[in-house]
Amino acid sequence: MGTLNTLTLTDAIRKLHNNEITLDALYADVNSAVSSKNSALNIYLAQDKYAEKSAEKGTLSLLRGVPIAVKDNFLTVGLPTTASSKVLDGFMPPYESTVTSKLKKAGGVIFGKTNMDAWAHGSSTETSDYGPTKNPRNPEHLPGGSSGGSAAAVAADMCIAAIGSETAGSIRQPSAWCGVVGLKPTYGRVSRAGVVAMGSSLDCPGPITKTVEDAAILLNVIAGQDKYDATTSPVQVPDFTKMLKTGVKGVRVGIAYIDHEKLVGTPAAKAVEQAAEVLQSLGAIVDRVPLSQTLKDNTILTPDYAIGVYTVVQRGEVSSNLARYDGIRYGHDRTHFGDEAKRRIMLGTFTLSKGYADKYYVKAQQVRSLYIQNFRQLFSRYDVLISPTSPGYALKLGASKDNPMFGELEDMLEEPSSITGLPGINVPCGHDKKTNLYLGLNIVSAQWNEGLVLRAGYAFEQNTYWNSWLKKDK
Amino acid sequence: MAEPTQKHTRRTPIIGMEVHVELKTASKMFCGCANDPFHAPAPNTYTCPVCLGMPGGLPVANKKAVEWTIKLGLALGCKVALFSKFDRKHYFYPDLAKGYQISQYDQPLCENGVVHTELGDVRIHRVHLEEDTGKLQHTTIDGKRVSLIDFNRSGVPLVEIVTEPDIHSAEHAKAYAKQIHEIVRTLEISDADMEKGSMRLEANISLADDPNVLPNYKVEVKNINSFRFLEHAITFEIARQDALLNDKKIPAQETRGWNEEKRTTIVQRSKENAEDYRYFPDPDLPPMTFDAKYVEKLRAELPMLPEEKIKKLEDLGIKPEFAQLLSSSEFPLSTLETLFTAAKGKGFEPNQVASVIINRKLDIRQVKTEHVLEILANTYTKDEVDPKELESAVSAVLEEQPKAVADYKAGKTQVIGFLIGMVSKKLGKKVSPKLLSSILVRMFSSKY
Repeated sequence: MGTLNTLTLTDAIRKLHNNEITLDALYADVNSAVSSKNSALNIYLAQDKYAEKSAEKGTLSLLRGVPIAVKDNFLTVGLPTTASSKVLDGFMPPYESTVTSKLKKAGGVIFGKTNMDAWAHGSSTETSDYGPTKNPRNPEHLPGGSSGGSAAAVAADMCIAAIGSETAGSIRQPSAWCGVVGLKPTYGRVSRAGVVAMGSSLDCPGPITKTVEDAAILLNVIAGQDKYDATTSPVQVPDFTKMLKTGVKGVRVGIAYIDHEKLVGTPAAKAVEQAAEVLQSLGAIVDRVPLSQTLKDNTILTPDYAIGVYTVVQRGEVSSNLARYDGIRYGHDRTHFGDEAKRRIMLGTFTLSKGYADKYYVKAQQVRSLYIQNFRQLFSRYDVLISPTSPGYALKLGASKDNPMFGELEDMLEEPSSITGLPGINVPCGHDKKTNLYLGLNIVSAQWNEGLVLRAGYAFEQNTYWNSWLKKDK
Repeated sequence: MAEPTQKHTRRTPIIGMEVHVELKTASKMFCGCANDPFHAPAPNTYTCPVCLGMPGGLPVANKKAVEWTIKLGLALGCKVALFSKFDRKHYFYPDLAKGYQISQYDQPLCENGVVHTELGDVRIHRVHLEEDTGKLQHTTIDGKRVSLIDFNRSGVPLVEIVTEPDIHSAEHAKAYAKQIHEIVRTLEISDADMEKGSMRLEANISLADDPNVLPNYKVEVKNINSFRFLEHAITFEIARQDALLNDKKIPAQETRGWNEEKRTTIVQRSKENAEDYRYFPDPDLPPMTFDAKYVEKLRAELPMLPEEKIKKLEDLGIKPEFAQLLSSSEFPLSTLETLFTAAKGKGFEPNQVASVIINRKLDIRQVKTEHVLEILANTYTKDEVDPKELESAVSAVLEEQPKAVADYKAGKTQVIGFLIGMVSKKLGKKVSPKLLSSILVRMFSSKY
């Protein structure tokens, strides 16, 4: 048995292109990884039996037929799509999401659908109606979520690359916990058409990959305006691989959030300080951005309020978006909703109700615009902001139980950039040898600045030893 | 239920109207499906993931529909919003695929207009754009009662025109609704077919003791699918409410439906509890911004509206009642002008042309000018007749028609028309009916 399943996307494409490896051998290794690990880790909910057959058709295209794992909230023709909810158990989509259709056109193969928190409601993948996914780095721990299955599929080398979606943290947080790369693009950069909606003003599909270069390749494929999604932007899509390797010399980096009471003195804060030193040694201009409780120039607004803003906005949109699942046209009736979905529907319904909307939804949108103002000012002074992706290492299985605000607290460091639609990437920045668990660095930039986020992530990744795939090469 | 008979009330009817118009754009409001629910080959053929409310389906606004709504607003004298947005209106009903209707809540495309009718002005509160729902069908299949849903209509662009409570009689409401119908038809943005439901009328009716104070209740009447039914429904409702108020009862705040067969309104739904639609801006649709230039461009594109046409016709000397009837888009002004000019050449007045068109129900878009001139000639040309010849012919007819003479004497004066016809026939000439009539009357009083 070979180890071609451990290839990065960049390497797999290159080796397939140069005929150094065959698709047969690649698929054999990926399949064998899946058969040996899937039952224990519970990553794939569905797999395409004919994946390799489809791969042969893509050999001359950009992605060369490589197997890609896709989160189960992307509609895929021929593969059931459930968003990990029993409401959609057995649902066969009549159409294809824009993202998966772009992947296919570029020669990618939708190898399988990955487990997630039901409806993407959570940060643990424990709320899935199909059982939790386990962290491949340490199966006693959670993979994070909601794109936990996709991050785990990458970490376990059960695919070459993966696609996830983020509302606030759902790409970056599981990527941090699984020790992989996860990119959340600018809201509107990637089409939401054909993605089961969670928080429509926040949802954002993005790549979860082994390396930053892999993420740039996939972003090239999936980005762009879509006539089926009115919120996608006509802003031009650059070639994200082009500027990737130009370094961070002169890039202005702000260190954010590590003076928050929840982070002071933690391994996550220390890892970010070390990361800042690495970037500085590479020529970046590094500075600390003080935390502030009010809107003030050159300070960063505490993420504490973002938890409230995010919770109110997202629950409101959830209560609306789940209204269509009445079981009349497709799927099963409402009795199949799990507890977390029911909680969110009730809270969202309440916050949008007459007499309460002003107090909650409208108020939340007002605070949301304060964050937009804050970032606008900060990005006139800094090119990127760095912070821990998650306050700590992956928590143990069961940690999310009886904690309805689990995700909101775990993702508090992503929420300000999510509610403002900014791009951000997680790259591994620390590793605990005892537990084999990872810490993640969150690099955020201004709207449409994924190029810079990727560049900084690449520079960091190439000059540190945290990336488990690059380490092997050295 | 017996129809209340009392037609008049000392109270002032306070009526506001909501008119829904389906726009006849090629595609639906938020997807690319054909917008042709009335001619679909079968139920659920013009559907897609968006208008079926499938997972992941996203709305994309139809630009034409937005443009037409603005044009309608301009035609109704509204102020056009330079910033507008779509909102989600939530309620559960099986024909509402997404569990919410995309509508406009607090920032409609158009506001504050006015429609002039011969019975008084009606201020327009707002004009907004939304999507239609699917259609439920309750039927029996294999002996089982079932409810079926047809989504061909789901997502069809729908404009809602809301008035201020400025209407004070059934006739006034009818005049307003007709005016809206005419404007919509002139703009060619909807078939406005009330039988099919592409134009739907609703009236909010209450009665005020003091016309300056709005009553503390209102009754909404739906399911009105003709101008006549609108009149009937309002007349009925005024009498019903008046009877209740006379008994010192306040009519219930509710939605009622007009039943033309039974000539009555029937309770559909109580509105005692305020509905909560949980409106919020649709995050799938970016807000719309327009600049003043764009609005002015649309204004410049407006066709001639009925009101302006009436004025033009009156300037040409057409009587107001004729001008009103000819303001319909069935009678293009340019064609009318051609006819007036051609008729003038033959010595006919524009009002004679108008009278012929209206009385003969001529479709002037089809009928040739020569034909209209021919009809004019037959109707208005009179032959010269010698007065002596005329008198002898009249005498002869009176001799020959003793029964008609007797009838006339018995008070049935309408026989005079018959006698005029007989005289003309005897003479073999066209004689002015006015002249003949006066001769006949004179001879009756002297000879007989």
